[in-house]
This record gives sequence, C-alpha cells and structure tokens, in this order.
Amino acid sequence: MAADFVIEGLKATIEGKEILKGINLQMKGGEIHAIMGPNGTGKSTLASALMGHPKYEVTAGTAVLEGEDLLEMAVDERARAGLFLAMQYPSEISGVTNSDFLRSAINSRREEGSEISLIRFIRQMEAKMKELEMNPEFLHRYLNEGFSGGEKKRNEILQMMMLDPKIVILDEIDSGLDIDALKIVAEGVNSMRSPERGFLVITHYQRLLNYIKPDFVHVMMQGRIVKSGGPELAERLEAEGYEWVKEELGIEDETVGQEA
Amino acid sequence: MTTQTILPVDAQRLSELSQSSGEPGWLKDSRLQALELAAELELPKLEKTRIDRWNVNNYGGYKASKPLAQLSEAPASITALIKDQEEGSLIIQQNSGVIYTRLAPELAAQGVIFTDLQTAVKEHGELVQRYLHKAVLPNEHSIAALHAALWNGGVFLYVPKNVVIETPLQAVLLTDDAEAAFVPHILVVADTNSSVTYVDNYVSDKAEAGLHNGAVEVFVGAGAKVRYATVHQLGVDTTDVTYRRAVVENDGTIEWIVGEMNYGDTASDTKSVLKGNGSSSDAKVIAVGSGSQKLNYTTQAQHFGKNTPSDMITRAVMRDAASSIINGITKIEKGATRADGQQTEKVLMLSPKARGDANPILLIDEDDVTAGHAASVGQVNYEQVYYLMSRGISRHDAETLIIYGFLAPVVSQIPLEGLRNQLQSLVERKLGQ
Ligand SMILES: Nc1ncnc2c1ncn2[C@@H]1O[C@H](COP(=O)(O)OP(=O)(O)OP(=O)(O)O)[C@@H](O)[C@H]1O
Ligand SMILES: [Mg+2]
Repeated sequence: MAADFVIEGLKATIEGKEILKGINLQMKGGEIHAIMGPNGTGKSTLASALMGHPKYEVTAGTAVLEGEDLLEMAVDERARAGLFLAMQYPSEISGVTNSDFLRSAINSRREEGSEISLIRFIRQMEAKMKELEMNPEFLHRYLNEGFSGGEKKRNEILQMMMLDPKIVILDEIDSGLDIDALKIVAEGVNSMRSPERGFLVITHYQRLLNYIKPDFVHVMMQGRIVKSGGPELAERLEAEGYEWVKEELGIEDETVGQEA
Repeated sequence: MTTQTILPVDAQRLSELSQSSGEPGWLKDSRLQALELAAELELPKLEKTRIDRWNVNNYGGYKASKPLAQLSEAPASITALIKDQEEGSLIIQQNSGVIYTRLAPELAAQGVIFTDLQTAVKEHGELVQRYLHKAVLPNEHSIAALHAALWNGGVFLYVPKNVVIETPLQAVLLTDDAEAAFVPHILVVADTNSSVTYVDNYVSDKAEAGLHNGAVEVFVGAGAKVRYATVHQLGVDTTDVTYRRAVVENDGTIEWIVGEMNYGDTASDTKSVLKGNGSSSDAKVIAVGSGSQKLNYTTQAQHFGKNTPSDMITRAVMRDAASSIINGITKIEKGATRADGQQTEKVLMLSPKARGDANPILLIDEDDVTAGHAASVGQVNYEQVYYLMSRGISRHDAETLIIYGFLAPVVSQIPLEGLRNQLQSLVERKLGQ
C-alpha cells in the first residue's frame, strides 16, 4: 500500500508559545514535497512535532500515516510506523558506535529471535556507505561525535537508507554540504524514491531542488503554510526572495508570533 | 568530636595470635604498635562522607582457613572466577586465610615470588619487611592502623629485575563467614625493568554484616611497569574500605584499573606517588552505584619526580538512591618540573534520588608544569534519548545504549579482554535489576 500521509490542523506550542498554527498537508507515496520559508517560521518545529520531540506539545490536529495517527504514538513507535526525520542538528552520543546504534535501530523493527546477523548488517552498511562515499571507519566512530557538519548529514542519509522508511522528512539536509557532497546525498535520496515512499524536503535553496525534483512546493510563514505550488514556485523564490509573497498576502513580519 | 576507636582485639590476644602463627618478632611488634596507634587515631576524614555512621566495626575475629586439596574444591561462589585457572598463577583467600596458591613453574624458575603474605614474611622476611606498610602508613588513620594490626592472608608478588611477565597473575578474595576477619594485604614489588600484570577480584557470599579493610601497596622499581587491576563485587552485607598506594621510581609506570561494583558502602582511595623522574601513572575507575549505597571514591597522583605524567579517570553511574562523592587530587610538589597531571571525574545519574558529587582538586607548588581537570555530573540527556528513539529504538534500549556509552570510552581502553568482558557483565548485572 502506498504511503498516504495526511496532516490536518496541526498546532504545536513550545514552552507555552504557539509556533504551529494549523498545518494542513497531504502527501502520497512517490511524491516529493518541498517546504521553504524564511528563518524562524516553524519549519523545523513542524518536523519535530511530527517526530514527537518532547519539547513540543501538540495542541490540536492529526497526522495520519496509512490510517494511523502518528501523534498518538511514542517517538519510537512513530519511527517504526515508517516516519524518518533527518534532523537539522543531529545529536552526538559518546560511547555508542554508529554500528551498534544502527543495528539496534534495525533490530527494533524485527521480532526477538530474528535479529539481523552481524555479517549481513555490516555488508549492508558498507554498501550504503560506499554509495555515500563515507569512509568505512565511520562504522566504528561514536555516533556523530566530532563529525563535521557535512559528515553528520551524510550519516543521517545513511540511516534513512538503512531503515527504509515510508515518509522521509529532510530538515535542511543541504546545509553544511559541499557541492560534491550535495550531489552524493541527493543521489542517495533519489535512489530511495519509490511509489511506496513520500519525501518532505525542508530547504532554503533551489540548488537542492535541482537534484531532488519536487512535485509540490509549500511556503511557510508565521507557523502556517501560506502558499503552495509546483516546482516553479521554488524557482521564483530563489530569484526574487520572499518579499512578493509577503506583499501578496499582506504579511509584514513572517516569523512566528507575529499575527497577519 | 573524638570518637574512641573500638579495638576488635586486645594486645594480649594479638600477640598470642602472631606467635602461634610463627610470625617473626618484627611483625609481632609492628602489629602491636599499630594496635596502639589505632586506639589513638581517628577515622579517616572523607570529603562529605560520614564514615563514622557506616558499619566499620564488624571485624570479626581471626579464624584459620582450611587449604584446598585441589582447585576443584573451591567454594561455588567463586567457581566462575577461577575456571580454567588450573595452569595459571592464582591465589585464593577465604576469610582470614589463603586456601590456594599456585605459581606457574616457568615464573618460579625466573625467580618470581607469588605467595600469601603470611608465608612470605616467614620465607622472604627481609624483602617483605623492607616494603610492608611503607606506602600505606599505619599512622594515617585508625582504619589503616587497624589494618596493619590485623591483616591476614594476603598476597605477596615479587618480580625480579628484568623479568617480563605477559600472562596476568590473579587472586580471588572471598568473605563468606561474617565471624571471620577479612583483612587481606596485597604487596607487589616489581624490581628494576620488570613488567607484570596482576588482577584480583573481591567477592562475598554471606548474609550478616561484615567489613573488608584492605590495603594494597605497589612498589614499582626503576623502568618497571605494573598493571594492577582490581574488581570489587562485594555484596550489600559488606562494607568495603580499601587504600591503594603505588610508589614509582625513575621511569617506572603504574597502571590502575579499578572496577567498583560492590553493593555495599564503599570508600576507596587509589594513589600513585611519582617519586622518580620520568615515572608515570594512569588510573581508570569504573563504578556503578545502586540501592542506597554510600560511596566515596578518591584517586590521587602526587608528583615528586621531573617529567612525570599522570592521568586519572573516574566514570560512575548512580541509580536508585545511591550516593557518591568522587574526588580527584593532583598534587605537584616543588621541583617536579614538567610534570603533567590530568584528571576527569564524570557521574551519570539515573534517578532523581541518586546523588553524585565530583570534586577535582589541583594542588600545584611548581610553575613549570601542565595540569588539567574536567568534572561533570549529569542525567541522561533527553535530546539523545529522543534522537535514538526517532530511529525506532525503545526508550529503555535508548537509555541503556546511552548509559553503556557513558562508560564505554573507559571500558574500551582496558587492555585485558577478559577483564573488559567481566566488567561489562558486572555493569549489566548492576544496571539490569
Ligand atoms: N524554547 C523556545 N521558546 C520560544 N520560542 C522558541 C523556542 N524554540 C524555538 N522557538 C521559536 O520557534 C520559531 C520557529 O523555529 P523553527 O526552528 O521551527 O524555525 P525554522 O523555520 O526551522 O527556521 P530556520 O530556517 O532558521 O531553521 C522561532 O521563532 C524560534 O525562535
Ligand atoms: Mg529549521
């Protein structure tokens, strides 16, 4: 069954302050949606609220994946239901090797007694690392510890490739990547495109969207999706910035907390 | 307030005991003097720890132990620790006395001595006398004094000049009779340019309250290298007070690996005295506190020699209502130029009732040195838990990964694979309940 993902009326607060003010978004398997928008407009908040970050409180709305409301689930259950978030700022965890971590993540999706064999796991991991042009030593490094910005991003994509999710949210996966790395990461994402999988790509730059071609582009301001369109919308934003959108909609300050 | 030390034995009885076990006169005198000191001295002053409220008076009396005819007769409580040791070098102490001693013949042929200390004072009296109580001094406090008065069983390891031993020598020290005094003394002497690894385990198997009053003295000769690993896994019934000291000569190296896996109240103090130029010390302490344990762990390095590096790392995980005070003391004396003293103490707390307190102290009387310290006390980071859970890992497994990850950078540096695995499983045992 193709991944159907429907977000309706999603509102979320952080420390009592409302950041998301009613997000509506529909995605189907195979589709790529891009979310753009100026800084501080709630893009990462949307990603975190969907994943279930403990700092955010969802106060209204649903996010239904294949008939199940993710918002009713614990973080790990959401992941096992098929949601994956490549984070803007991945955590560093000392003492936990990349391979131990990923093996636990894979085994969390398997029944007790049918865990992935070490050899099979290493083989898979090495193959994916090769695709991403990652040095195999990253297998044994502590999770994200001391990784450069770009290495962390590649590591996020590696996890995505290993975990085979249904809905992938990429939060500024392009930030910190050099031009070659951007291509490699984009190829990794493209290799995962399938009718079974949907992507929500948060980015500031058209450049990424040249590699990962979106079907839909949405603009976020003040904690809402204020405009949606096709790929041409991203191109216009790249060329002209956000001023025209604000003028069109009568928005003076686009950041969260400012009312239109 | 001065508290009168309760002496577990009187001079008359102590003197008779020494005589009846055929100890040399100097030792009898040393015991009697220490007993006198004990009456005058107070308990050790431990940072933020009321040791006077601990169960530190349950010495019991000296009871002779029956030697094993063969290793397979060893008490069931220690069989896991001694399996496959038939060919190795091993000493087993049960309560007040050593019940098994074996030294690999190839080591004996090289002049290595590995025997219980009570035998060593008779067979190698001069050698023992030269070192005994010279590192842990009986006049430090009443516990050290009582140790010097009452010590029993024990281990004496002597490695002659230039002898390099690859395989670790081992000891297992078991207390399973609360009425019997358990006061083992470990004395290691590594002569010039020798090299040795010693590993021991402290185990208890009894229900009544008891005390382990232990002292360890290590003398590292010029250019010698001693790796001293010790794992304490005494039960909730046993209070453990252990002082460890190494004195290191020119270019000698001491390496401490300490696993604090007890279930009862514990005070331990591990100190390297870097006497010689170019001598060095490395100490790693891994600890897990659980239940309502009161814990006080101290590591110390005292630099006298020039060009002396020291490093000490303590990592402790505290669960339930365990409470720990963790002290690191780097002391660099005047004249110890180009000394380098580093220390790190980190505590991870798993419950709101757990307590952790890290006290790094640098005392430096010389200008031309480098020194550093880092200390932290914290809880499991919820951002990290979230990150792991966002990949499908359950909360329990995420926390477990983070806790083991906290200890891993130290555990993974332990050079002995068997010990590494043993510590790993002891940590799992303490955290798994
Ligand atoms: N703890 C907090 N208390 C108050 N406001 C917060 C808190 N955390 C985040 N915010 C605010 O929420 C708003 C949305 O932040 P978010 O990270 O979602 O923005 P973004 O669109 O992802 O921005 P960027 O493009 O810079 O990544 C910002 O104005 C931010 O300052
Ligand atoms: Mg963001």
